[in-house]
Amino acid sequence: MKTEDLVSLLSTGAEPVDLRLPSRRWLLALAGGALIAFLLTAGLLKLNPALWHATSQPMFWVRESYCMVLGVLGFIAVVRLARPGLRLGLAPVGIAVAVIAMWVLALMTLAAASPQDRAALILGHTAGACPFLIALLAAPLLAALLAVMRSLAPTRLRWAGAASGFAAGSVGALVYTLHCPELAPAFIGTWYLFGMLIPTAIGAWLGPRLLRW
Amino acid sequence: MIEERLRSLMLQSLAGDAAAYRIFLDELTTHLRSYLRRRLGGLPEEVEDLLQELLLAVHNKRHTYGPKQPLTPWVQAIARYKLVDLLRRRSRSDVLTDPLVEDDQVFARTANDAAEAQYDVAKLLRGLPDRQRLPILYVKIEGASVTDTAIRTGMSESAVKVGVHRGLKALAERIRSIE
Repeated sequence: MKTEDLVSLLSTGAEPVDLRLPSRRWLLALAGGALIAFLLTAGLLKLNPALWHATSQPMFWVRESYCMVLGVLGFIAVVRLARPGLRLGLAPVGIAVAVIAMWVLALMTLAAASPQDRAALILGHTAGACPFLIALLAAPLLAALLAVMRSLAPTRLRWAGAASGFAAGSVGALVYTLHCPELAPAFIGTWYLFGMLIPTAIGAWLGPRLLRW
Repeated sequence: MIEERLRSLMLQSLAGDAAAYRIFLDELTTHLRSYLRRRLGGLPEEVEDLLQELLLAVHNKRHTYGPKQPLTPWVQAIARYKLVDLLRRRSRSDVLTDPLVEDDQVFARTANDAAEAQYDVAKLLRGLPDRQRLPILYVKIEGASVTDTAIRTGMSESAVKVGVHRGLKALAERIRSIE
């Protein structure tokens, strides 16, 4: 076929394009993924019975903000990576700053604690399960984000997959806080982060396999 | 210059102006062809194939263009992605005479002569299911309206639009798998 014929084929009868379609798909994926994570938490894991009591502690809100900030920044990276020709901007820097801030807080609490209490601050009571439960809660959202990503035009597939995984992991962690009783910064900075990095790694692996167009 | 002109043509196209879209694609064709000729020095027979694949990609992904975003980097990113994808599929990285450097702009120089791709879109079209083939045939090739096509095919108008949309995506997939 001649290229000019293809141009004529593509332009003939061209319809208006709805440019809000990508944002609608992202919001739908986010809402759906977060809802499933919440249902899994409430149904399978059970909400933390001391949740209301925990809200009076400042560290509860530090933990919520940490997950929320990482989720928002991860989501910004996801949206930008889905459009060709956009730079990532400061989202990765913001993520690094939030992670390091939590580590600094963790080191401060560990330094202030007596040596025999330090292991308990890091391990809490649920270190073995926490990262895997966060990854489990993140899985439906990761699938939804990758599906939307496929309908758009990522050009850096590994990064696009990794960012989808990180955003899903952060939202999964945020929902997991409704179940999780742990509030020590050393615990959050270690096991929550590990939990977010599992879907990130899975996303980075899936990206080049699923997102090609 | 090029940015402002193409961007305003693109915005008109996205609003549904088919005449502006034709001018946009024509000008894009000229720029992309000379870009691909420079990049695919070792594979001259690929230029027209990849050019058509790129035009289909721009068309099928035009909903990912943000109206506040500069247009040339958007096209450039798609062109680089498709070029790298082609070279990877071919496992022929040796055809690259030099690495893909940022300053090699899609919009730097222009070349202008019509050319033909090696594959036959008409033949590829025949392989599509009727619910995609007929809408493309009537709306996009014969230039019939969506309403007339709906009457001729017995499909609903939205099914005609969906058929065109999915058919062009399927066509792009098939062209990609031939290469």
